[in-house]
Amino acid sequence: MNRIEAFARFIWDFVVGDDWRIAVGVVLGLAVTALLAGSMAAWWVLPLVVAGLLAFSVFRAADRP
Amino acid sequence: MSGPQLGLAVSVFLACAVEAVEALTIVLAVGVTRSWRSTFTGVGGAVVALAVLTAALGPALTSLPINTLRVVVGGLLLVFGLQWLRKAILRASGFKKLHDEDQIYSDELTAAQSAGAVGPGFDPYSFTVSFKGVFLEGLEVIFIVLTFGANQHDIGLAAIAAAVAVVLVLVAGAAVHAPLARVPENTMKFGVGVMLTSFGLFWGAEGAGAHWPGNDVILTGLIPATLGFALGLVALLKRRAPGGASEIRETEAVSA
Repeated sequence: MNRIEAFARFIWDFVVGDDWRIAVGVVLGLAVTALLAGSMAAWWVLPLVVAGLLAFSVFRAADRP
Repeated sequence: MSGPQLGLAVSVFLACAVEAVEALTIVLAVGVTRSWRSTFTGVGGAVVALAVLTAALGPALTSLPINTLRVVVGGLLLVFGLQWLRKAILRASGFKKLHDEDQIYSDELTAAQSAGAVGPGFDPYSFTVSFKGVFLEGLEVIFIVLTFGANQHDIGLAAIAAAVAVVLVLVAGAAVHAPLARVPENTMKFGVGVMLTSFGLFWGAEGAGAHWPGNDVILTGLIPATLGFALGLVALLKRRAPGGASEIRETEAVSA
């Protein structure tokens, strides 16, 4: 593994961590919030997304064989 | 001190204390076993590298437009906070091994002892291990200080909270001359996860253009709600097959 790969892996582990789905879900949640914010109250979107992501991630980890 | 400022100070203090305890364990193990001089040189080098990084990233972050800053930093805090909270929930429910400073200290001692003889001069092993330990733990501290501080326009308060935490841990470490295993690290990590996630939610949604009912005051509801939800997940997970815990311990990293 060269230094660039090692650095990229370090950044990935540092920011994204064990479950990449959380990072993807957060980005999607922010995008949906931004889309809805122009036309309606959208503060509730992100808490819902985050609650779902966290529950999904921990139960998935707990169920891992 | 306003509510968000208090939240900032508490979050940064807890996060920095936890990271400082972890760095102290590594530094102590290498210093006791091999060379204090080379170990302190490694610590100094890491502190300088972290200071340079802070000086470079701090002004870059604070120069961003406020909404861009909030959505970027809010998103990063959320991803980062959810990592902490996820691990804390799995630890609290028995599906992941608890962070044990005594065990980590013992492992570091064994590794340092088996890394060959210590020469009379500079010891590269002590330097490298202490540099890496302090730099990697310090990176998380810097990330939290800069993101919280920049968003609240109060990097000074974040830096003071971080410095107080580090000094307290150093004083305690110097006094007991042993890893600070009695510090309730797992509980503190749970608290940091809750705070990072709550502030990430608040700033992320605001940066994306949403307006919270009550503005800053919503944090007084958001933090307990996040804590309650996380504790609820712990309670639900504890009811599930606890025998599965050992499998996860082998596949997920113990650190952080």
